[in-house]
Amino acid sequence: MRWQIVVAPRPEVPDSHGAVLRKKLLGLGQTGLASVRTARLYLLDGDLDHAAATVLASRLLSDPVAESFSIHAWDQYRGDAPGSVSVFKKVGVMDPAEAGILRGATSLGHPLLAAKTATRYELVGIPAALLHRVAEASLANPAIEEIQVGNDRFPVKSPSVRKQVGRKELPLARLSDAELEAISKTRGLSLTLLEMKAIQAHFAKLGRPPTEIELETLAQTWSEHCKHKTFTSAVRYHGPTVGGVEDGQVIPNLLKSTIKAATEALAKPFCLSVFHDNAGVIAWEGNQALCFKVETHNHPSAIEPYGGAGTGVGGVIRDILGTGLGARPIANTDVFCVAPPDLPAESIPRGALPPLRVLRGVVSGVRDYGNQMGIPTVNGAVVFDPRYVGNPLVYCGTVGLLPTDKIDKTVKPGDLIVALGGRTGRDGIHGATFSSAELHETSEADDAGAVQIGNAITEKKVLDIVLKARDQGLFRAITDCGAGGFSSAVGEMGAECGARVHLERAPLKYDGLTATEIWISESQERMVMAVPPAQWPALEKLAASEDVLACVLGEFTDTRRLELYFQGELLGDLGVEFLHEGVPRFIRDASWSAPAREAEAKLVADPEATLIRLLASPNIASKEWIVRQYDHEVQAGSVIKPLVGSRGQGPSDGAVLAPVLGSTVGVAITNGINPWLGDLDPYWMAFAAIDEALRNLVAVGGDPDHCAILDNFSWGNCAKPDRLGALVRASLGCRDAALAYGTPFISGKDSLNNEYKVGDTTIVIPPSLLISAIARVPDVRRALTMDLKSKHSRIYLVGHSTSELGGSSFLRLFGRRGNEFPKVSRELAPRLHRTLHQLVRGGHLLTCHDLSDGGLAVAAAEMVLASDIGMTVNLGPLLERGHLSPDAALFAESPTRWLIEVAESEAARVEAAFRGLPCLHLGSTQAEARLRILTSDQSAPLIDLEATTLEVAFREPLARHLEGLVTESTHG
Amino acid sequence: MAEPRVLVLRAAGTNCEAETSFAFEQAGAKTQVLHVNRLLERPAVLHEYGLVVLPGGFSYGDDISAGKVWATEIQDALGDHFRRFIGRGGLILGICNGFQVLIKTGLLGLEDPATKAPTATLHWNDSHRYEDRWVRLQIDPALCVMAPRDKAHLSVPVAHGEGKILGRDPSVVPRLIASHRAVFRYVRWDGGPATYPANPNGSEGHVAGLCDPTGQVLGLMPHPERALFPWSHPAWTRENRRFEGDGAYFFRAVVAAMR
Repeated sequence: MRWQIVVAPRPEVPDSHGAVLRKKLLGLGQTGLASVRTARLYLLDGDLDHAAATVLASRLLSDPVAESFSIHAWDQYRGDAPGSVSVFKKVGVMDPAEAGILRGATSLGHPLLAAKTATRYELVGIPAALLHRVAEASLANPAIEEIQVGNDRFPVKSPSVRKQVGRKELPLARLSDAELEAISKTRGLSLTLLEMKAIQAHFAKLGRPPTEIELETLAQTWSEHCKHKTFTSAVRYHGPTVGGVEDGQVIPNLLKSTIKAATEALAKPFCLSVFHDNAGVIAWEGNQALCFKVETHNHPSAIEPYGGAGTGVGGVIRDILGTGLGARPIANTDVFCVAPPDLPAESIPRGALPPLRVLRGVVSGVRDYGNQMGIPTVNGAVVFDPRYVGNPLVYCGTVGLLPTDKIDKTVKPGDLIVALGGRTGRDGIHGATFSSAELHETSEADDAGAVQIGNAITEKKVLDIVLKARDQGLFRAITDCGAGGFSSAVGEMGAECGARVHLERAPLKYDGLTATEIWISESQERMVMAVPPAQWPALEKLAASEDVLACVLGEFTDTRRLELYFQGELLGDLGVEFLHEGVPRFIRDASWSAPAREAEAKLVADPEATLIRLLASPNIASKEWIVRQYDHEVQAGSVIKPLVGSRGQGPSDGAVLAPVLGSTVGVAITNGINPWLGDLDPYWMAFAAIDEALRNLVAVGGDPDHCAILDNFSWGNCAKPDRLGALVRASLGCRDAALAYGTPFISGKDSLNNEYKVGDTTIVIPPSLLISAIARVPDVRRALTMDLKSKHSRIYLVGHSTSELGGSSFLRLFGRRGNEFPKVSRELAPRLHRTLHQLVRGGHLLTCHDLSDGGLAVAAAEMVLASDIGMTVNLGPLLERGHLSPDAALFAESPTRWLIEVAESEAARVEAAFRGLPCLHLGSTQAEARLRILTSDQSAPLIDLEATTLEVAFREPLARHLEGLVTESTHG
Repeated sequence: MAEPRVLVLRAAGTNCEAETSFAFEQAGAKTQVLHVNRLLERPAVLHEYGLVVLPGGFSYGDDISAGKVWATEIQDALGDHFRRFIGRGGLILGICNGFQVLIKTGLLGLEDPATKAPTATLHWNDSHRYEDRWVRLQIDPALCVMAPRDKAHLSVPVAHGEGKILGRDPSVVPRLIASHRAVFRYVRWDGGPATYPANPNGSEGHVAGLCDPTGQVLGLMPHPERALFPWSHPAWTRENRRFEGDGAYFFRAVVAAMR
């Protein structure tokens, strides 16, 4: 029988959950809210009497010190709970708490059939009529949750049971173009007419119609998400010559001609596996290699930020686990692009979630999944721009360590196809094809099936088993189930030889899934392995010993066919050539023209007020509220943390880890992204993003001659020539910058349909290229942070300062984009990177901080506020030699620049190292903790602000938005 | 004398076993990492060790309340074995999630002698958020055999959402402090009152770690295994080179207690 248990804090215990929610709701304008009281709800299903239910409630589900509980026979329970809203998970949505409850109940001698959890909120002071609206706006997401007002009794529904239809043929032979398109649309296949016609022609040649599962398999395999059709197709470029490509020229395969071409030309010996596995692999130290992959998880995060970001993290961790024979994840990095937190409500289009809700959700999703996996989240960024309002971007990256003798994998005919990990449900059906489509105002309702909630503990168990099985040599190949589920994983692994799959063997979450649903479901936490039959008993035993599910789905064959069976019936039979090579190629038109010039305007900016406004602007302000929620120190290898400085108040340029405990060889991880330059010229944006990622690497101690980068393109709809034109220019920029720096790309990803349609209006995201960089750090004891160290040292500005303000944070403060923008010097930049690295590596610098958003003034302010030490900078040499205006000297964002702090005793050496390169002695540090910026030694300062003023401006704004809380911190 | 032997238990969701094991090895112990399923199959294995560690992580997901499911399992299937282990002089250490587990197993001896009901628990942080930050701990070495003795303070990180010591009534925690059970307490680096964030979770009496009445069972919320190296501390680049992190010192003290 079923029991409902209600657990709430005892009256004398403060309800911290309620208190935090109250603050959040007050911030959202619910001014009448007096208090929030929360309760956890459980529904237990099993052979339980009242006494047994009491044991479970008192010993497992509640804390006797802090909480009290009540028990109700569910059949007779009315559930009256006036003034409250209760939030339940919808049918089929993962409840990560269930497995733990079942385990605990078993050890108490009362095994259960099932358990569910929910939360009840009493919102004291909110009129009953408003409760549902308030809940929908801030407590529940209708995409995955159900709200009940005034009643907390669990609704009980079961997932729908679909009849097994057996082999279902879909005759395409005589269908018109319109009918073919209609089939693609109504079935959610996201196949173009050209592709539908290729399928029609293929099956006409075979003399039979395709079956449903065959068509679905082709849709998954040919999806933009899996096949990267835009990037691997030919493009005809129209526009001003760029990177040697002229107006009207055809680029045969965009990826091969640009990003991959650069890697091939560089032919770096430390590149061990590039572009073909689930992550790029470079040599590191001894017999250990580094793997790095960054994925986008944009569309799912737009619909359900928490689940989307969490499964994004889970997915990229599985990529690392599926690289070579399985790498050990050592670090996560996460970058979000969202609309500004203060975006007015009228600017939020119908159907889109408010930006604060998106940001809170994605942060929680990354936190819960990453922290539970025991992988430190060490690096990241948040980019704010109103155009991300309908299409927030979530980039999730993972770094892994892989023994160099475990890089290669093979699949042999006769190997068993083994599925390891989570059960298969209906969640995430059509994720691959969905992510390849545009979002629109009713996406949330249409695509609930694409939403998933992850279960990190299931994945952690899989991780433990994969690494053990790898070291025992129990499998020959492995890959993860990502987009497309089994269809992609098995399809890819069997691409060379063939595979036979018996779909009824997959362990299911619940009955009633059709064979097609099992085949394309994107349920999380699953891996697929190729296991020699002789090793299967050992693998099965190993998995069982740690309560991990493993099952044989079928076997790899030498038939070069993908054969799909359900209960003995052949449902699908596709040749691997057509499946993997049959997608029709086409030439797309791309066009680009420089944006229209903005009218010049005279800006009057008070330097001090401008600096304070810049420090407080969301793109620059401290991300501490987010960072502290991530476990950035688990695995004990942390060297340079995301927050540095005397009290942990400063923003680090990058992360450094020493992942092998006891060794001093490190790994540096950084990123670069600048969508606003993309508005001006995506070619130079690529240079800027690469320069930013690499100069951050150099700043913390990474070796520019032993580093690699990843590309992640989030773009608008590239079927439209102007979006594709921008993509062409960015790709060429990537190629040319990689060649200039001598830094290879090793992996990448694209998400090319980030547009949001409301009525006739389309909101297009700016071209958003994330560059993620990784480097070897020869000795972590020489790693550097950005906070000032000494009260009597010199400050130098390294790099060439120019006057262009286009795309800068400074101009954005005034609502402007600008025209002329700074460009990376491909001759100078690589020399500066390498010279600076030699000084860092030799231990000749005290501090190094890269100049990025907000330019020199912001970088100097950050150094001061991070250290409780002061700095005086004299801009005189810049104004005279560089002919810069004070605004440009303070706030221009010329790339390839750093501020360095040098002890008097090292000054001669540093100056000698930079002989012939731009490096200006601009100032010095001082005991008095304030930032002073002068134009000459005599004049009144442009800026004279105390460190505490700078710190408050920098640290408070985002915390205030996200929580209404002021953070402060001390070091032990 | 025999080499000190340490058993590091793991379970679904624990995630600090590797660095905890490393820390003990570095401090001179011989360690073994074992899945709890193996211990459930053969609990007598326990008696081959001088110390058992419950490491940090999210055992079974921590979805009900942190450490609860693993605590239930240990209490029911292993409780007697653990009590016998302590009776023979064995030591138990719980770090972070391991402390949350210990406090909910009853092995810390926090039960009311009359009612057998627990008198203290680890509850949600006042911020109701998981937070990762460094703290300074003051040590009371009077009762706990594992407490470091010739050092007054430790700098170590915390990383948790449910680390607030909460007494059943206001007299509980002061009594624990008076009887030297509060082995670690949060202090401010300058000696001032340990308000947030020096006390990162609102813990009553600023308590960060507790031992049982025998001094053989110790639980603490901070992670000394993340403070082993000269470069572990967040401000290490500002200081003269450290010889080691304070965590290394802590583990040597624990191993010394086994000799």
